[in-house]
Amino acid sequence: MTIDEIQNEIAADFKKHGNWFEKRKYLIQIGKSASPCARARASGDNLIRGCQVSTWFYSESKDGKMFYEIDSDSGIVKGIAVLLARIFSGQIPQDIILSDLKFVADAGLEEDFSPVRANSVLKIVGRIKETAAASLR
Amino acid sequence: MNMTNPKKFDVKKIRNDFPILKRKVNGKPLVYFDNGATTQKPKPVIDIINKMHTELNSNVHRGIHFLSDQTTQMYEAAREKTRAYMNAKSTREIIFTSGVTASINLAAFSFGEAFVKSGDEIIVSEMEHHSNIVPWQMLCRRNGAKLRVIPFDENGDLLLDEYQKLFNERTKLVALVHVSNSLGTINPVKEMIAVAHKNNVPVLVDGAQAIQHEIVDVQDMDCDFYAFSGHKIYGPTGTGVLYGKEDWLDKMPPWQGGGDMIDRVSFSETTYAQLPSKFEAGTPNYIGAIGLGAALDYLTAIGMENIKRHEKELTDYGLEKLSAIDGLKIYGTPKNKSCVFSFSLAGIHAYDIGMFLDKMGIATRTGHFCTHPIWERYQVDGATRASLALYNTKEEIDYLCEAIKEAKKMFD
Repeated sequence: MTIDEIQNEIAADFKKHGNWFEKRKYLIQIGKSASPCARARASGDNLIRGCQVSTWFYSESKDGKMFYEIDSDSGIVKGIAVLLARIFSGQIPQDIILSDLKFVADAGLEEDFSPVRANSVLKIVGRIKETAAASLR
Repeated sequence: MNMTNPKKFDVKKIRNDFPILKRKVNGKPLVYFDNGATTQKPKPVIDIINKMHTELNSNVHRGIHFLSDQTTQMYEAAREKTRAYMNAKSTREIIFTSGVTASINLAAFSFGEAFVKSGDEIIVSEMEHHSNIVPWQMLCRRNGAKLRVIPFDENGDLLLDEYQKLFNERTKLVALVHVSNSLGTINPVKEMIAVAHKNNVPVLVDGAQAIQHEIVDVQDMDCDFYAFSGHKIYGPTGTGVLYGKEDWLDKMPPWQGGGDMIDRVSFSETTYAQLPSKFEAGTPNYIGAIGLGAALDYLTAIGMENIKRHEKELTDYGLEKLSAIDGLKIYGTPKNKSCVFSFSLAGIHAYDIGMFLDKMGIATRTGHFCTHPIWERYQVDGATRASLALYNTKEEIDYLCEAIKEAKKMFD
C-alpha cells in the first residue's frame, strides 16, 4: 500500500469513533496492542527527549525501504507513534520525504501534532524524514 | 499594612471579579488550576491597564507635561503600595523588574560582582525552581564559586540539620525558595534566615509562589532580598519586584546600564542614580507596575488572613480527596503545605492526564515545572500539577477528582 492509501485507511478507522474521548481511547488501544519495541528501547541513543514525553526511535534501511519502531512512555504519543511507524515502514525514502501527513486532520488528531502541546510527535516526524533522507546519502 | 479584614470571605463574589472564570473551555466551565504558572486578573487590574492605555499613557520620570507627571505619580504610588504590602522600610528598597527571573538575575549579577570571589560558596536548596539555580550557577562559572545544596526528605521538607552543616567561612549567600512550586512546601524561611545571619550570611528568598498565598513581611522575616513576579499575584505579566535591604543595594553595582539609572554621563566617567533608579535602566513597565499596585490593593481589601484561611481549607480538602483516589501518588506532603498538588497516576503518563483534564475544561500543568532536581530526587519524569488560588472552590476539587477517575477508566 502507498503512504496515502494507509493514511486514508487510518482516517476512515478514526471516523468511526465520534468525539475526542472515543478517538483517544481508540488511539491508546492501538498503542497498547502494538508489539513491544525492544530495539527502539535498547539504546539510550534512540531516546528522543521531548519537553514532557520520552520517545524511543529505531529505524533501519533494508532493500531500499525504510522500517521504523517507535515507542513512548505516553499512551497517546505511543498510539500516534504506532500509526506513524505503520504509515512509513516499508516505504521508499523518496516517498517518505515528499509525503504529507494528511491523515492527521481527517482523523481529528490535529492537537496531537500541535508544536506547543506535542513537540514529541513533531520530533518523531522530523526523525522519520531525516533518517529517510540520510539513507539516500 | 492591613492584612486582616473582618469581612466574610465570599468566594462566589470573588469569582465574579475575574471575568475569565466565566468562560468555557472545550464546552465545559473552566476550572483554572494552573495558578502556579500564572494567576488570572481581577477587574480592577484589567480596568486600570485599559485606563492607562486609553487616558494616561506617557513615559515616567522624563516629561514635565501633565500626562508624564500623572503616570510618574501613579508609578511611584505603585512602588509605595508594594513597599507597604511587603512591609519594607523604604521605597528605595523596591526595585521593579520584569519578573522574578529578572529579579534573581539582577541580584546574582550585582551581588556576585561585589561580594563573590573564586572559592566562595552559595547555598541553594534541592527544591529550587531553575530560576533560583541557573543564575547562581552562571555566577559560579564567572567567578569560580560553587553551589552547595540543602537536601529535602521524602515528604518534601528541607533537612535543616544538613542546612546548618553547609555553612563555612566561604559561604557568601543563601538563595532559598519560600514556597516550592512543585511540592507546595512552605519553608521555615524566618528560622532559616536566622541561622544564616548567625553565620553572617545574607539570604535571598524566591517568593514567586509565596507572595500570593502567604503574609510576607520582609522586616519580620529579616530577609536581605525577596523576589517575586507580578503575574503570579493577580497582576500583569512582565512585572516583578526585587526587594533588597538598602545597605546591600547601596553596595551593589548596577546590573544594566541605560537611561534613568544615571546621575551624570560623560565619556570619561558615569555616576549612577540613587536607589531604586540605579537598578531600573531604561523605560520601565510602568503600566504593568501600576497594574501590580491595583492587584495588591485588591488583595489587601480582601485581607491576606482571609485568603490564607480559604486556601488552607482547599489544601486540606484537596489532600484528603486526592489521596483517596486509588493509584494516585502526591509528591509533597510536608509539615506546612501550600495549595499545590503535584501527582502521578499509576500507569498513566502526566502528559496523557493533562490532555484528558484539558478536555474536561480543567487547566493543569504537566511535566517537571522547571524543577528537574526535584524529579531526579523522586526518580520520575515529572507529574501533573493542580495549583490553586483564592478563587478556587471545593466543588472544583471534587470535579477534578471525578475527572481523574474518568481518565483512569480511559487509560486502563
